[in-house]
Amino acid sequence: MFRQDFRRLGRGWDPFREVETLRREMNRLFTQADPRSAQGSPALNIWVQDQNVLVTAELPGIDVQDIDISVIGETLTLKGERKADVLKEGESYHRRERGSGSFARTVKLPFRVEADKVTAKYERGILQITLPRAEEDKPKKIQIKSK
Amino acid sequence: MATKDIEKREAQSPSETERTRSGRVYIPSVDIYDSKDAVLLVADMPGVNEENVDITLEKNVLTISGTVDPVAFEGYRLAYSEYGVGDYQRSFTISDEIDGDRIEAAVKNGVLRLTLPKTEKVKVKKIIVRAE
Repeated sequence: MFRQDFRRLGRGWDPFREVETLRREMNRLFTQADPRSAQGSPALNIWVQDQNVLVTAELPGIDVQDIDISVIGETLTLKGERKADVLKEGESYHRRERGSGSFARTVKLPFRVEADKVTAKYERGILQITLPRAEEDKPKKIQIKSK
Repeated sequence: MATKDIEKREAQSPSETERTRSGRVYIPSVDIYDSKDAVLLVADMPGVNEENVDITLEKNVLTISGTVDPVAFEGYRLAYSEYGVGDYQRSFTISDEIDGDRIEAAVKNGVLRLTLPKTEKVKVKKIIVRAE
């Protein structure tokens, strides 16, 4: 209301707009400072093709038995655990940077997938999941009849 | 698992020496622990196997590096990306107590494990105190 009044006065400078701009700018700065804050662990890369979607995650040093992948419709859930090294008696840490513990990630895929045909492989610490597009979800070409 | 723990850190300036390969360089996360006979170094280097990991010891600087070729899946396009792919490099200064000739390294599932044996002379010697 005030804002409009100011505008109506025909002044070039609008303090409310300035404040609004500043606020927006601050928000942008804070969200950009840590773009991963909203993201879970592990980090994922998603590759797409017409018929398939490929999800990769860096999960070094994990036992395949400890990875759990499940798919429902177009949602992929990745769960697992990375076990920490067990130190023997007399051993002590100098430095400890590698994370351990359980993780869970749920992502929405660009299309519905055939849950039965999902394949996964684990190589060099990288998990690669191939998810084929569901048959009923594939685009259908529609013939146009002309008389 | 805390997100930051598994997050990759990109090297600001990879090393003092200029690199001849283009691409990103990441600093691998490491655990270092001490045992009676050796110092063990464990580094997370996903995408690396025994053929493309390189360990050098020059004077007292131990450098671990791994080359990872950028991945591209034929016919696919990268729709969403949360992590980058690149080489790894990190250097450590080690003390004289390490026997450089007997360093052992193994890579499994993208994790590099280095065993840095301590030299004989620094192994703790038990001194017997005699009663007079």
